[in-house]
Amino acid sequence: MHRLTSVEELEKVREKILKEKSTIKTCITICLGTGCHAYDSQTVYETLQNEIAAHNLEEEIELKPTGCHGFCEQGPIIVLYPGEICYCRVKPENVKDIIEMTVLENKIIEDLLYEDPVSGNKFEKESEIPFYKDQNRLILGKNSSINPQNINDYLAEGGYRSLAKVLTGMAPEQVIDKIKKANLRGRGGGGFPAGVKWETTRNAPEKKKYVIVNADEGDPGAYMDRSLLEGNPHLILEGLAIGAYAIGADEGFVYVRQEYPLALENLSTAIGQAEKLGLLGENILGTGFNFKVKIKRGAGAFVSGESSALVSAIEGKVGEPRPKHINTAVSGIYGKPSNLNNVETWANVPVIIEKGVDWYSGIGNENNKGTKIFSLVGKINNTGLVEVPMGTPLRKIIYELGGGIPGGKKFKAVQTGGPSGGCLPESHLDAPVDFDHLKDLGSMMGSGGMIVMDEDNCMVDVAKYFMHFLKDESCGKCVSCREGTKKMYEILEAITEGKGKEEDLLLLEEIAWVTTNASLCALGGTAANPVLSTLKYFRDEYEAHIKEKRCPAKVCKALITYVIDQEKCTGCGLCQTLCPEKAIEGEKEAPMTIDAQKCSRCGICLEACRFEAINVTS
Amino acid sequence: MLPANNNIKDMRVKMITLWINDKQYQAAEGQSVLQVALDNGIEIPHLCYHESLSSQGSCRLCLVEVTKGSKTIMTTSCTYPAMEGIKVQTDTLEIKKARRLVMELLLPLAPDAPKIKALASELGVTEPRLGPEPENDNCIKCGLCVRACDELVGAHAITFAGRGVARTVEPPYDEEAENCIGCGTCVQVCPTECIVMEDQGMERRIDKWKRTLKLKACKNCGRPFITFAEIDFMQTKAKNPPPEEWFDYCPDCR
Repeated sequence: MHRLTSVEELEKVREKILKEKSTIKTCITICLGTGCHAYDSQTVYETLQNEIAAHNLEEEIELKPTGCHGFCEQGPIIVLYPGEICYCRVKPENVKDIIEMTVLENKIIEDLLYEDPVSGNKFEKESEIPFYKDQNRLILGKNSSINPQNINDYLAEGGYRSLAKVLTGMAPEQVIDKIKKANLRGRGGGGFPAGVKWETTRNAPEKKKYVIVNADEGDPGAYMDRSLLEGNPHLILEGLAIGAYAIGADEGFVYVRQEYPLALENLSTAIGQAEKLGLLGENILGTGFNFKVKIKRGAGAFVSGESSALVSAIEGKVGEPRPKHINTAVSGIYGKPSNLNNVETWANVPVIIEKGVDWYSGIGNENNKGTKIFSLVGKINNTGLVEVPMGTPLRKIIYELGGGIPGGKKFKAVQTGGPSGGCLPESHLDAPVDFDHLKDLGSMMGSGGMIVMDEDNCMVDVAKYFMHFLKDESCGKCVSCREGTKKMYEILEAITEGKGKEEDLLLLEEIAWVTTNASLCALGGTAANPVLSTLKYFRDEYEAHIKEKRCPAKVCKALITYVIDQEKCTGCGLCQTLCPEKAIEGEKEAPMTIDAQKCSRCGICLEACRFEAINVTS
Repeated sequence: MLPANNNIKDMRVKMITLWINDKQYQAAEGQSVLQVALDNGIEIPHLCYHESLSSQGSCRLCLVEVTKGSKTIMTTSCTYPAMEGIKVQTDTLEIKKARRLVMELLLPLAPDAPKIKALASELGVTEPRLGPEPENDNCIKCGLCVRACDELVGAHAITFAGRGVARTVEPPYDEEAENCIGCGTCVQVCPTECIVMEDQGMERRIDKWKRTLKLKACKNCGRPFITFAEIDFMQTKAKNPPPEEWFDYCPDCR
């Protein structure tokens, strides 16, 4: 295809693509996103290719590799169109049946349908599955119908129409006005109004300006931005180009982690294809607007997601935050005005332009418009990415979309906002999930991590885990953050080992206070949240560890003992064989005992015992 | 990062008015609030600041409250530029609490360093609750040595390495600092005396930078007084290098 020199040409190309697609009888989409890839969807994909060829169906079936659909728990996922038949946990050996029965004979393979773990109901269509039903997949939705390596798929979905509309029919100020009216708030966690930031950069005196995509997603368990970059890179590029036009930038950077190989590959391909078609680069669509995008790869520093650290990293320096008396919107890369927004924020832009402010404002609550993608992980039945209108209550996300807690266990806490977010208890489950409410409760929205914990999680141990992460990920410049996170970690470690003292809680609170207030950047400013929120909502657990030397959740190894129930034990000897410490004593056929001195509390015996004879006490 | 205050003074920039502890002061715009305070006899504790070096804001002891417009923030005065009309408070209860706690975090890193000990007792840290860091060599990672070597000497011999708790000051790749000329500027600026420079016979050693250098002896008194590397460096880098014979005699015999 040649470079498009006008909007009319773009529309002609789109018509041609749609016409070609209309002759295809069946389309099979298969998720090759990171989650499904881990379940070996690549082999399923190749088996599908071979099977289609073996049946000489290449002309009739379009086999489309896509990005992440979101329901990673059930991967690999394939969806067959027309009919939208969704098969879960597909293995290579199922492929022959899928082609011969479903494609050729229109028969549903019951075993591959999703079965609700609570009701036992089976669902044929992807959109009917409870996990998807209550989502509003404004941003993530097209991931399931687009081959991220093929720009034609994006164009078929109306792609780059918003950019064309902006370039030919709107003044930059009008675009900014629209983003301001839509009240698009930064999805990276800060929730700062994007339109206001754009305006600041536009009005900054320097002529040369930059736009930046912050794709340095680094929260443990969070992969929203990764899935968007992998699954629909053109959506982000289109948003970025619209922003560049509105702001007056001719150059943009996408700062992506090196650890996201598929995101890097798909994004590079997308940039190449868009440049070839004249949708990026010089004189875009013949409008005279020039915009070049470059990828900058990050080396995996969590702190580089902080705007000033990210700017340093793009300049080739160590990713360390700088004081922001003048913010990056005015003085960023090489001192030039630089507008930085997160992946998801940019992805919202084409949608707002396409559907309009009124429509967009109808989603969400008063001060939080649109949707937010969360990565729902931890002790939850339906692990995956969910996109819901802002303001959706936590309870709905966890129990309706997430399907509740596995194994009938009791919910204990949900950690929102990544490592420096907070842990919220049951009593706050009806809180609407948005920038303002979560902050009021001592947590934060962050970029959208949501980790669910049940009765088997020890909250002191959880706080210790996050502090371990943060002490390593602090850049180390400020004493308050570097030494503060380290000392908080050490105190928490001592408490979990039964060495905690009563005065430790005051010390923890004071260090948390100084880390929050005396540190330079947002990493230090929020690093104490895991400690403060668990102290606020689960203080009794801290006290049990310190005063009674007891871990109520039976997690902290130094405070628990494994004992064998003498009445239940049959003396089968399985645990004795498996125990790596040789801590289980006794003769076969008679109840055995555990030597607490030798026992390393690894839990192998507990898992192995078929008679539920092993108890953990604290 | 704010540039060194000495440079700002030289630039003769615009003068502005700001308030410190409810009193009005004149200052060069862009000078650090800390320097303005120090110039006017207002003491603000600090460890990682030097007027001839850019500010880094890592020790967090020079925290102050700055009110600009309707917003008040706690910030380090060494990195905050003097601006027209800002109101600075250097000694509120919160600021004192923050400094005391920062010092509690700092003290375990260099519990025996005289300067740190004195400042700790000044800030009210009399019964430290956090034990000393046994592995630490008294370095508080303030970076004065790195900045002095980069900005004053221009040798770029040492650098920060590692992140978070693993942050250290090291020669590149933790091998002998090949760019180190043994001038000792880092030793002079270090607030905890953790950089030791020793002359033994005709050799100068700085073990922290894994560096050993040959010394030149004074033609008159015979005392070894300068490294050959430093003479070389001055001859090649200085704008108006002294004649070579200058280095034949030690400062006492010149």
